[in-house]
Amino acid sequence: MSERTDRHSSAPAVTRPSVVQAVARGRRRSASRRRLVVLILAVLVVAGFAVTLMFGQTFYPPRDVVRVILGEQVPGASFTVGRLRLPRAVLAVVAGFSFGLAGVTFQTMLRNPLASPDIIGISWGASAAAAIAIVSLSLGGTQVSILAIVSALAVALLVYTLAFRDGVVGTRLILIGIGISAMLESITSYVLSRAAEWDLQEALRWLTGSLNGTTWEQALPALVALVVLTPVLLAKSRDLSAMRLGDDTASALGVRVERTRVTVIVAAVGLIAFATSAAGPIAFVAFLSGPIAARLVGAGGSLLVPAGLVGALLVLVADFAGQFAFDVRYPVGVVTGVLGAPYLVYLIVRTHRAGGSL
Amino acid sequence: MTSVDTDRPPDAALVRRPARVRVLWLLVAVLVLAVLMVASVALGSRDVAWSDVWAALGGADGTLEQAAVAKRIPRTLLAAVIGAALGLAGGVMQGVTRNPLADPGILGVNMGASLTVVTAVAFFGLTSPTGYIWVAMAGAAVSAVFVYTVGSLGRGGATPLKLALAGAATSAAFASLVSAVILPRNDIAGGFRLWQIGGVGGASYERIGQVLPFLVAGLVVCLLSARALNSLALGDELAAGLGERVAVVRATAALGAVVLCGASTAVAGPIGFVGLVVPHACRLLVGVDHRWLLPFSALLGASLLTAADVVGRIVARPTDIEVGIVTALIGAPFFIHIVRRQKVREL
Repeated sequence: MSERTDRHSSAPAVTRPSVVQAVARGRRRSASRRRLVVLILAVLVVAGFAVTLMFGQTFYPPRDVVRVILGEQVPGASFTVGRLRLPRAVLAVVAGFSFGLAGVTFQTMLRNPLASPDIIGISWGASAAAAIAIVSLSLGGTQVSILAIVSALAVALLVYTLAFRDGVVGTRLILIGIGISAMLESITSYVLSRAAEWDLQEALRWLTGSLNGTTWEQALPALVALVVLTPVLLAKSRDLSAMRLGDDTASALGVRVERTRVTVIVAAVGLIAFATSAAGPIAFVAFLSGPIAARLVGAGGSLLVPAGLVGALLVLVADFAGQFAFDVRYPVGVVTGVLGAPYLVYLIVRTHRAGGSL
Repeated sequence: MTSVDTDRPPDAALVRRPARVRVLWLLVAVLVLAVLMVASVALGSRDVAWSDVWAALGGADGTLEQAAVAKRIPRTLLAAVIGAALGLAGGVMQGVTRNPLADPGILGVNMGASLTVVTAVAFFGLTSPTGYIWVAMAGAAVSAVFVYTVGSLGRGGATPLKLALAGAATSAAFASLVSAVILPRNDIAGGFRLWQIGGVGGASYERIGQVLPFLVAGLVVCLLSARALNSLALGDELAAGLGERVAVVRATAALGAVVLCGASTAVAGPIGFVGLVVPHACRLLVGVDHRWLLPFSALLGASLLTAADVVGRIVARPTDIEVGIVTALIGAPFFIHIVRRQKVREL
């Protein structure tokens, strides 16, 4: 929002240098605040990552952990840290970052904090496909990822096509997404309820998301997708910010609205699909990350990287808490899902006080 | 709105034909429901001869076939009763919120009922079936108020978009809470997972008997508010001008709908989309007068759920697909159709 104020104030600013200075100072301050927040978040993510690797049933000192990461053989630690904790922690960061980034992309594009990919059906597309592939077709590894991605893209395309009538309107797209996700959710439940060996933990992976038993085979495709697709979204972040002002204003500012929208949707859906095919639709991470990042960073500037970091941190912390904070081991999605409920209340109360609209 | 109450001759001539059409449709609807209920008793994973069906209807359960039919009878009754309750609740909710997308499933009301039932079973050792129903109704009421409050905040009041989003987000949060509650409890998890999908498979006369008083109470409240809902459809100001106490009407009708949703969820699990599809179909048949629309919604709801149950049993022989899944597969495309038909500014 501050960018827009700047543009408005630039004309009279010629005669009033103090205004220019004030605006410049304000921009510098918000930019430096943003840098500080990103830095702190990044440090926290790294710290959380390190803690996840060190602590668990047995403690391994940082020296051992570093040696394992460097590829040395350490008795005990090589297996526990290298084979069990490392892929899990990597997937936590990757999936969290993917969900946060894709979530804030959708929220920005559709101008609605409730319009995240887990609510409008895209995560469910990937999840239903993964559940069918694993439970009904007994597939594994890459085939599952491919099916999940194809299905998430197909769902996104379906939602987009059904919402298309003289251009896509955000509201219609969200509502159609809700309808589709209700259908996909019930397909997923059906497939899971028919599994021969019905295991609640395994079922919850596809219903709320879980990192239990993560292997490198699952984590690597998601990592590759994140590395490839993040630059695409970051390159479009200026256009995306302009689209927050509304489609008409954005195209007046020179943004090719439809083209940007398609590119951004494909990239964000890709992120969601890869992350979901590995970790399931971790509930509410995509939904929570963007608004939390917005509160931390303040108005103006792109939220993409902060939201990704918030997502990664959320998943790391929630997974750690789910494993060790309670008597029972909760999958990460249950923990984040429970966090989502009070946030929803908070969102309502704040919006109500501000007299705004969701 | 059809102006039924006017006595001017030209209008009377206009409304007489719709009235005849309505009576015709009423007969058709009753007939369809009867046929579907017979089909539901006769069809299933086991092929049964008609003679056995008749014998079982007479109370015999000597042979395997007759025993199978004897188990289908309460199931059919439960499907019809629950369907009627959900169809009626949907019609009332759409009237109260003046919102074409209102449905107990979409608005998260059913999930709220699930959450309270699961919590009560896991933490407070609730076992009595009547207790289930009370707890489920409390959950339904709380989540209905919650979702409506969320959805009507801010500019423009309760638009379909805001209500649907608030409902979806609330449902998702409640679903996570439900998982969190049942995960450590293997003893209740197994029984719960089938209930959570929504089905009428475990029906018995006893369960129908337990839920019936609540459903009848809800039905009476809803049907009695039909006339007031007609005024409400004109807008709050006009309704108040016509002498309706808007807040009271809204609260009473919503209470009736919540009782219906909570009681149905307690016995059959959260079944979505019946309350969405049925009132829309009924509006096409009998128009927007709630005095016709609401009873019709109940009739058609009963038919829809009975049909969904029959389809679920035939398609996946020798097992069956839970009725909640069938209704979601029928209902979601319909939901999308309604969304596409709406003008953007109405969303």
